[in-house]
Amino acid sequence: MSAMQKLMGWIDDRLPLTATYKAHLSEYYAPKNFNFWYFFGSLALLVLVIQIVTGIFLTMNYKPDSELAFLSVEYIMRDVEWGWLIRYIHSTGASMFFVVVYLHMFRGLMYGSYRKPRELIWIFGVLIYLMLMAEAFLGYLLPWGQMSYWGAQVIVNLFAAVPIIGEDLSIWIRGDYVIGDATLNRFFAFHVIALPLVLLALVMVHLVALHEVGSNNPDGVEIKKKKDPKTGIPLDGIPFHPYYTVKDIVGVIVFLMVFSAILFFAPEMGGYFLEAANFVPADPLKTPEHIAPLWYFTPFYAILRAVPPLFGSQFPGVVAMGMSIVLLFFLPWLDRSKVKSIRYRGPIYKAFLAAFIVSFVGLGYLGLLPSTPVATIFAQVFSVIYFLFFLLMPWYTSIDKTKPEPERVTG
Amino acid sequence: MKRVKNFLFLLLAMPALAMAAGGHSVPLDKAPVNLADQDSLQRGARMFVNYCLNCHSASAMRYSRLEDIGLTEDQIKENLLFSAEKPGELMKIGMTKVDGKAWFGATPPDLSVIARSRGADWLYTYLRGFYRDDSRATGWNNTVFDKVGMPHVMWSLQGEMVPVYKKEGEHETIARLELAKPGSVTLAEYDAMVGDLVNYLVWMGEPAQVQRKQLGVIVLLFLAGFFVVAYYLKKEFWKDVH
Repeated sequence: MSAMQKLMGWIDDRLPLTATYKAHLSEYYAPKNFNFWYFFGSLALLVLVIQIVTGIFLTMNYKPDSELAFLSVEYIMRDVEWGWLIRYIHSTGASMFFVVVYLHMFRGLMYGSYRKPRELIWIFGVLIYLMLMAEAFLGYLLPWGQMSYWGAQVIVNLFAAVPIIGEDLSIWIRGDYVIGDATLNRFFAFHVIALPLVLLALVMVHLVALHEVGSNNPDGVEIKKKKDPKTGIPLDGIPFHPYYTVKDIVGVIVFLMVFSAILFFAPEMGGYFLEAANFVPADPLKTPEHIAPLWYFTPFYAILRAVPPLFGSQFPGVVAMGMSIVLLFFLPWLDRSKVKSIRYRGPIYKAFLAAFIVSFVGLGYLGLLPSTPVATIFAQVFSVIYFLFFLLMPWYTSIDKTKPEPERVTG
Repeated sequence: MKRVKNFLFLLLAMPALAMAAGGHSVPLDKAPVNLADQDSLQRGARMFVNYCLNCHSASAMRYSRLEDIGLTEDQIKENLLFSAEKPGELMKIGMTKVDGKAWFGATPPDLSVIARSRGADWLYTYLRGFYRDDSRATGWNNTVFDKVGMPHVMWSLQGEMVPVYKKEGEHETIARLELAKPGSVTLAEYDAMVGDLVNYLVWMGEPAQVQRKQLGVIVLLFLAGFFVVAYYLKKEFWKDVH
């Protein structure tokens, strides 16, 4: 026995290192037919690591103080060695996180990855998405620009729309009557420690649940049903490592090229990743003409604005916005189709999914614009389609004419 | 199926229709920004220190950073250090925020990142858009920033402009500005000077931007090479997957 084997044996007697490596990498059998859409899970993990590492370095020079915050960001951009690079990686990473996660979620929708037996994976995924939104919202206050300030003001005021306790609730969240130094400090604490811890835990549970049941694939058939009688390995499964590690490296490089193209040549991304108005320091006495959240929140913001106030209260809009996300949790039980993958679904589901995507993108676009009567009508139509996609799902998925699923995965 | 297709087409057209319902804005002139032109940046820096850095600060910017646009430490010390003692200091001003508000109606904003919030074209149009307006306390108004608190600081260069109105339905709007009293330079020369100043402001908004783009080219070339290696590695491993 070599010294290395001895060392591994010594460790394995005390810690399941080899067993874990096998269970999750070298003997985790993934379907061999993953396509383009299957890059985004590992990419999301990559962006999470990027955000944590750059975030650690940013906290070394950032000052969570309403008097100093804005200039401390500029200090990072100018005087800290490579500070501009770290800050842009973090700001680009925030938006790219949502790009990747939205594509990852769309993959789940297309191939029915939320269906039995993967309901918990989906639920943990939606929780991750919720945490991510909270994390992004909290982080956006930190540069202490005009959009940071007024965006936070608008969102925290949503809590004030809750009947009876609303006003007290919003003051409790802010720690002040307006967004102020106390708010900045607590948002900083939540952004750099509380939510990242929760996110990491959720990501771990998401992965453990995935590796328990095994990955879905573009055909939506279970590879574990057809196993090699001798080895017990799924016939259509290949070990994650080395096959998908080498494949994911290719995906990572292409992703990093897109990421770098934005980061080095258009870090503001035309105002979508870094808003022009956020280069003006926060001024509690000057409300900007037009307050728009960052692009990844705008679909929900558009739903919020599409719902007319009731007795002068915005509460119905807040409820609609909340419901638009809560509905995601029920997706595994709303879908009654005999098949999982869009490849074998009928035309009705395809039409509903297309309408849903167009509505979601349309809402995202409308959420960026100032509210006008015409825009509101469009937002209302899109919102109705958004909700109907979920609420009518038990009906249209059960009457849809599906094609038979294959026995084994196809190419 | 046809009905489904029509429905989808209508849905796809909706965002475009919604876009047509958007608003409009004041037309801006294109600023001649060229960060590779160090002479222009240096002229702009001199204009900035002479004309802007009395009422406006640039409190994220150090004088010494001007070495990035080709100035030496001695040049900075001799020509540009008016309100500071050492080149390592930040571009701060003596005027307090309270005084600024009392004198101009609003505190003159810090200009460190003004090009990033306003945009180069807006600044270029704004600095060339001052005109005589006796109804204003300063005697000046501006085409892109109506009732602005700032007077025309560079009037001795540009001269005095007066508006020429045109009728647009019910109300009158400014069609263009006309030179009523010439300044020390021609209008073309003034445009070039403002161009230099805006060029400088764009550079000052993010002094690392030139380095950023240079590094970006190297990073993308590296990744392109890495891609080729990774692609063939993947192909090699996947040979035995059927």
